[in-house]
Amino acid sequence: MGSAKDKPVLFANGKRIDGRKADELRSIKIVSRVLNDADGSAYIEWGKNKILAGVYGPRECIPRHDQSLYRAVVRCRYNMAPFSGMEEHGRSGPSRRSKELSKVIKEVFENVIISENFPKTQIDIFVEILQSDGGTRCAAVTAAAVALADAGIPMKDMPCAVAVCKIDGKMAVDPGKEEDNFGESDMPIAYSPRTGEILLYQMDGLLTKAELEEAFVFARGAADKIRAIQVEAISKVYAEPKEERFLTIKKD
Amino acid sequence: MKIVESLNEIKRDALGVLLQAGKRADRREMYEYRKTTVQKGILQNAEGSALVSIGKSQVMAGVKFDIATPFADRPTEGVFSTSADLLPLASHLFETGPPSAEAIELARVVDRGIRSSNTMDLNSFFIEEGKVLAVYLDLYILDHDGNLIDCSALAGMSALLSARMPKIENGKIIRGEYTGNLPLKEKVVTCTFGKLADKIFLDPSLDEEKGMDCRLTLATTPDRLCAAQKGGWGTFSEKDILDLFDISLEKGKDLRALLD
Repeated sequence: MGSAKDKPVLFANGKRIDGRKADELRSIKIVSRVLNDADGSAYIEWGKNKILAGVYGPRECIPRHDQSLYRAVVRCRYNMAPFSGMEEHGRSGPSRRSKELSKVIKEVFENVIISENFPKTQIDIFVEILQSDGGTRCAAVTAAAVALADAGIPMKDMPCAVAVCKIDGKMAVDPGKEEDNFGESDMPIAYSPRTGEILLYQMDGLLTKAELEEAFVFARGAADKIRAIQVEAISKVYAEPKEERFLTIKKD
Repeated sequence: MKIVESLNEIKRDALGVLLQAGKRADRREMYEYRKTTVQKGILQNAEGSALVSIGKSQVMAGVKFDIATPFADRPTEGVFSTSADLLPLASHLFETGPPSAEAIELARVVDRGIRSSNTMDLNSFFIEEGKVLAVYLDLYILDHDGNLIDCSALAGMSALLSARMPKIENGKIIRGEYTGNLPLKEKVVTCTFGKLADKIFLDPSLDEEKGMDCRLTLATTPDRLCAAQKGGWGTFSEKDILDLFDISLEKGKDLRALLD
C-alpha cells in the first residue's frame, strides 16, 4: 500500500489513471502449449503482467503418505521471479504472501478438477510470475486453468479470475498496480463461469452493501470476457497444431 | 525405477553404436548446435532480460540492479551475483526446494565465464564509501532438453547486453529512469561438449546427457579461454581440450552473431 501523500488521482471525468473506463479490462493475451516437457502450459500477458503456468500430472504421488485412495492430490506453487518487480531484486524462496496465494489458487482447482478419476496420483500446478503489474493472482488462476485444459485434465469448468477495486470512491474492474497500491478496496474473485459459483474470494478495504452488489456485476461482466479469451487460446492449440513449442515474448 | 534404469542403459548403448559410426540420434553433425534462438529485452521491470532456446531447452535471464554494501576485502568493487533456478515447471526431473548441486554448478559456471573475462568493470560500480552497485543475474530454466549451461550462458550474456544502467541520485536508485546501457567489453559464450564411447560431440541433448560419460564446458571471448568446467565420470585428454578450444572459438562466432 502506498502512503496517502503520494496518492495520485485515480478516477476523474469517468476515466481511470491509465485511461480505462470503470468496466474496462487491461489487454489480455493467452497462448497455450509453450513448454515441451510440461503436460500442459499457458503464457498470459495481462496488462504488463507476464506469467507462465505449467502443469504436470496426474503422476505418481510422492511422498506416498500424501496419497489419497479416493482422489488425485492437487498441488500448486505460485512463485515470483526475483527480477519480476520494478523495485529491488527479490529474494529466493517462498514468502508468506506466495505461500498464501499458492494455497488459495490450489483450492480453486481442487473444486473443479474431477480428481476422483485419478486415485493415488498428484496433479502439480506451477505458476511463475515473470513480470508483475498488479493482479497477478487473478492472471495466475486464469493461465493455470488454460494449462490444465491443455494437459487434458478433466474439469467441471474452466475457472477464471478478476479483481474489482474501489478507487476515489468509485467501483472499477481489474485494478492496475497504482490502483492496487492507492485504492480504497481490492476484491479478487475466481468464478466457475458456467455456474457462477465463486471459487476464490478475498477482499480488503471498506465497502457498503450497494458497492458490493455493484462489484459483483462488474466482476461477472469481466469474467465472461476473460472466459472467451481462455476458450480462444485452447481452440487455437487444436486449430493450428505445432511441432515446436516455444515461448515468444514481444518487446513492448 | 529399475525399468527406467534399464531404458537408460539401452539408450546409452544405442547412442554409443551410432556415435561409433559418426552419427547422432537426431541426425546432427558432431559439432552442430540445435536450432538456437535469442529474444532480447523482453521485460520492462527488469533492467535487462532475454529468452533463449537451444532445441527444446528454454532459459529466461533477468538482470536487476540494487545498492549493496561492498565485500570487506574489496571496498571499491561492485557486486556481481548469478543464480539459477531449475523451475519445477521446466522438467519432470526438477523438484521444488532449495537449489540442487546441479543448479549451483550451472550458476557458478556461467558466473565464472562472465566474471573472469572482465567484461564488466566492477570498479566502475563504486558509488560512495560503503555503497556500490550490485548486479543480479538470475537464470530461470523454463524447459529442459539438455545443455542448460550453453542455453543459460547465452541468455545471461544476452540479458546483460540488453541491460540499462539505472539512474542513481543521493546513493539511491531511481526506478524506471536509465542513463544508457550497461558497459560491457566482451561477449562471453560457452560451448559444452559431451563424450561417449570415446566420441566427442557439441551441444548434448537430454537423451545424450543421460547416456554420456562426461562433459566439458569451455567459456571463451573471441580469442581466449576464460572459464572451463568438466563434469561426469569419464575423462578428457590434454589433446581433447586443446582441440575443443579451437572448435569453441570457431563455434563462438556463430553464437556471438546471435547476440547482436
